[in-house]
Amino acid sequence: MITKEQLIQPENRVYGKPALMNDTPMHYCPGCSHGLVHKLIAEIIEEMGIEEDTIAICPVGCAVFAYRYLSVDWIEASHGRAPACATAAKRLWPKKLVFTYQGDGDMACIGTGEAIHAMNRGENIAMIFINNAIYGMTGGQMAPTTLMGMKTATCPYGRQADLHGYPLHITDIAATLEGTCYVTRQSVHTVANIRKTKRAIRQAFENSMKGLGCSVVEVVSTCASGWKKTPEESNKWMEENMFPYYPLGDLKNTVEP
Amino acid sequence: MDAQQNDVLLLKGNEVIAKAAERYGYDGFFGYPITPQSEVLETLAADKPWETTGMVVLQAESEVASINMLYGAGCTGKLAFTSSSSPGIALMQEGLSYMAGNELPGVIVSVGRGGPGLGTIQPGQSDYFQAVYGGGNGDYHLIVLAPNSVQEMCDCMGKAKELTFKWRVPVIILTDGVIGQMMEKVQLPPYTPRRTDEEIRQQCPWATNGIGLKSRHYNSLSTLEFDPLVMEERNRKMAEKYAKIEAEEVDYELYRADDDPEFLIVAYGISSRVSMKTIDLLREEGIKVGMLRPKTLWPFPNKPISKFAETVKGILCVEQSEGQMVNDVRLAVEGQTHVFHYGRSGGMISSPYEVMDAFKKMARECVTKNWPKGYWMK
Repeated sequence: MITKEQLIQPENRVYGKPALMNDTPMHYCPGCSHGLVHKLIAEIIEEMGIEEDTIAICPVGCAVFAYRYLSVDWIEASHGRAPACATAAKRLWPKKLVFTYQGDGDMACIGTGEAIHAMNRGENIAMIFINNAIYGMTGGQMAPTTLMGMKTATCPYGRQADLHGYPLHITDIAATLEGTCYVTRQSVHTVANIRKTKRAIRQAFENSMKGLGCSVVEVVSTCASGWKKTPEESNKWMEENMFPYYPLGDLKNTVEP
Repeated sequence: MDAQQNDVLLLKGNEVIAKAAERYGYDGFFGYPITPQSEVLETLAADKPWETTGMVVLQAESEVASINMLYGAGCTGKLAFTSSSSPGIALMQEGLSYMAGNELPGVIVSVGRGGPGLGTIQPGQSDYFQAVYGGGNGDYHLIVLAPNSVQEMCDCMGKAKELTFKWRVPVIILTDGVIGQMMEKVQLPPYTPRRTDEEIRQQCPWATNGIGLKSRHYNSLSTLEFDPLVMEERNRKMAEKYAKIEAEEVDYELYRADDDPEFLIVAYGISSRVSMKTIDLLREEGIKVGMLRPKTLWPFPNKPISKFAETVKGILCVEQSEGQMVNDVRLAVEGQTHVFHYGRSGGMISSPYEVMDAFKKMARECVTKNWPKGYWMK
């Protein structure tokens, strides 16, 4: 009979929390995608061994407190301006990994100008874009990526073109810009998708370190609280409603494998 | 590069800003074209300092982006600057509040033109409120330097670098389209190398650049705080710092004011140059008038102005606006004497003779009318 003490040995370990992910309790809701993406970022930075060469920039929105959870140097940018902030950081520290972590409101609404121009200048940064089609932090208002007909606190009868215009496909725009080298859309709702997202973020980070241009990784995400669904229902709703509108896969990859 | 060559030049104020930045070892420039300051970026683009000093130069997509680039640079401990003019500086107010809130280094050159709105592209001094009182949210101050010559434009770039790191407060160099566009002889400083990564680590242990992370706690720079008690504590610490700056960094210059003058002119920037001529003309007529020129607008030279207010019959504040700095002069005077304002606006600049007429009207009223203490009029 194997005892508990015999079993809990370093050689038997199959999983460990990345050291960069500290013990600060996260404010994210159950079922939220942010925690998973945070963990992937921590794992990748550790695997690449670039803890001392990372400058991370967080947004205004649900990830506003990202700087509390990952033990790397963080800049908290004002709403939408993370790409401008990252531009200066990377140009002044060209050997560092510089990445922004932004939501749909931050990147595709208030900060569209900064995002598109940073991409178009080919800034050697990685941009991680969490798209859950809603404003989570402020309590579920309409986002630039809110689907047609989708109900939010500021379009309570559903998004209508005549009142609210159309969802903005900023990642598709990114793929058309000459300054981007890698544009992809992923999700983290299954183990297989989590692995794909990890590979995508790893490539984006490597592109930044090598100075190959701007990389954009969109993660189509859930917002169980904002969508007023259980985490499980949210994943299902995302597959049925978000993916047809925001299909997963690489939109552009000019980097030689 | 040869530090001895071309050290004395005839240059525009805006060109000098660029050349001084290269020589004082600035790490970066981020800016957007706007009249009347575009020569700053044009000079940098022509000089290509990225090939010599390693300074980064980038034309941003907007003033909003420019100031947030400055914010990003400051967070990582680098010294960056931007330059703009009135409506452009208006767009930067949010970023300035964030920079002040995170106590970041950074230098902003503001070359004023007539306002409000798009206004004119001719020189103006109607951005005193904008620089000194700010349009960003929250309890903060910026150090405001006010050069009145091309040489001082150069010197202010050095002083701004020193002050912004000493106090961790963004510094605005508030000037105007005349000083920016006019050409004067200037003695440029010798080249100072940009700081090394190790020097930045030592000077800015708070910076978010990753350096030394394995042997220290990670740094994060955020202005966000959900606990109002903690936020109040941050504000109080900043207020204590501001009080020290007010005690230590006030700078001003006197012109023909050392013989117990009967009247005082207070003016900064281009208005001080105009007023010097006015004072010379008045002195020829035997009128005892001198000038106090604030070289720092924040902190403001309250004490020396208050001291003059005890003895002079009246103070004329000359500025090319409808009256902004005059409010601070009145606060400094605290009703001890009469304070008047004179200035043109919208892009017009007073001639020395216009200032003289305004002065004589004021002086006559001060002497002939027996106003109660504290009476003031425009």
